[in-house]
Amino acid sequence: MWYFRTPEIVFGEDALSHLDELEGQRAFIVTDPTLASLGFVEVIQKHLRAAGMESAVFAEVEPDPSLQTVRRGAQTMREFGPDWIIGLGGGSSMDAAKAMWFLYENPEADPAGINPFDKLGLRRKARLIAIPTTSGTGAETTWYLVLTDLESRRKLALLNPEIMPDIAIVDPSLVINLPPQITADTGMDALTHAVEAYISTWHNDFSDGLSLKAIQLIFEYLPRAYADGGDAEAREKMHNAATIAGMAFGNSVTGLAHAMGHTMGAVWHIPHGRAVGLALPYVLEFTRAEAGERLAEIVCFLGMEPEPAGRAAYVLAHRIRELMRRIGQPVTLPELGISADDFESALAELTEKTELDASALTNARMATTAEIERLYRYAFAGKEVDF
Amino acid sequence: MAIKFATDEWIKALCAQLNANEAYAQAAKDWEGDFYFIVEPEGSLTETIYLYMDLWHGKCREAFATKNPDERNPAYRMSAPMSTWRKVIEKQLDPIQGMMTRKLKLKGDMMRVMKVPKAAIEIVNSCTKIETEFLE
Ligand SMILES: [Zn+2]
Repeated sequence: MWYFRTPEIVFGEDALSHLDELEGQRAFIVTDPTLASLGFVEVIQKHLRAAGMESAVFAEVEPDPSLQTVRRGAQTMREFGPDWIIGLGGGSSMDAAKAMWFLYENPEADPAGINPFDKLGLRRKARLIAIPTTSGTGAETTWYLVLTDLESRRKLALLNPEIMPDIAIVDPSLVINLPPQITADTGMDALTHAVEAYISTWHNDFSDGLSLKAIQLIFEYLPRAYADGGDAEAREKMHNAATIAGMAFGNSVTGLAHAMGHTMGAVWHIPHGRAVGLALPYVLEFTRAEAGERLAEIVCFLGMEPEPAGRAAYVLAHRIRELMRRIGQPVTLPELGISADDFESALAELTEKTELDASALTNARMATTAEIERLYRYAFAGKEVDF
Repeated sequence: MAIKFATDEWIKALCAQLNANEAYAQAAKDWEGDFYFIVEPEGSLTETIYLYMDLWHGKCREAFATKNPDERNPAYRMSAPMSTWRKVIEKQLDPIQGMMTRKLKLKGDMMRVMKVPKAAIEIVNSCTKIETEFLE
């Protein structure tokens, strides 16, 4: 037994006009200072006015949102008393909106206590709309969020099905002309979600088709969106692909590339998508036996020559590295700017944290401590994984 | 030789397997708690069996089977019928998904368990190393 969960998805040109049809009195927008200064918030507010709604804005979400910011935002939210909450931005703003929503509904509760088993009692006061402004995280579809506790300096990865947004608005006008570097980083995040969801130990019939479609769209349109930020068709397809990949991994989780990516992100402060994307080809090669058949299915779906299961991982990894080179992404740790000294001094910490990351547990091949260390060594050397 | 599931011999064998499992020791090194793994009656099993295990910083300190629920008062109780335990041990049911769908019912501090998912997986890995015979 398992569940397939998804918000209502509104997508395509002019999807934001769905806001005009909302029924409610007051909407509270959670976003970051950059988006506020770019005028995105006014666009949303105009639609809310068309729906006859009042709105208020909290535009103080930082990258890797903190528990402390979320508490402040929830306080402002309580004073305003919304019946709709809108998370507008990348993963950080959407995650912050989820956490503020939880605190708005449960003022006495501790967000660090969110777990997948308890009833949270959300939706008594408000419902949540997520509006992504990058094409990558998939946070608009997932029931997962990450907060940083500035006091204990710990990352809190929290999940509960109730925390999933009610509506995701996937409007391509919000991603047109994103800078190429952000396009590349977030695009690799989406690709890693789709591929890992397809081969994770939790993969299922309901998410498989979403993975395949997302992978196909990303291979076709990510290079175009990177090369020409104004390519409207590529933008729309990438925006859809990221949400489709979000629906896939939201229901069948990720794997070892995410465990390694989370860890590299924490240790070296590199963007999430760049880190997971770099790890992905090595992880596929490492998982070649356990996920061979499924990787061969991906290769076929991409219209490439059919490969025997044993070779499929290498063929797909090669194809992914080719894509990464086209969009200027690093495929080895030195290309990421990591020196030999930095690498050696971080290796023990990288290995230990990766092993304990929950995403490592749903990889089709479970890696031992020694294997994780070797994977990092291969990623440093840029070597094809042969163990 | 195969050991019958839900017996004193079986839970002691699991205890020994855990004590030989390096990955478990590493994953649970900062964790402590004692458990009842509760096997609910089903098929030819007519009485509830309580499998007690005391897990302490990556080691199993004590394990036994009992029919008396009051023999200990452990911090965690995880219960399921025989057939569900079998699915977990034969790796057909992921223990985390099992808990999330309430096929495995856990009572106790959920947050502390969620901090060490790797330990849960390694306990299952140790179970698979025991040649287990199931009552039908
Ligand atoms: Zn990701």
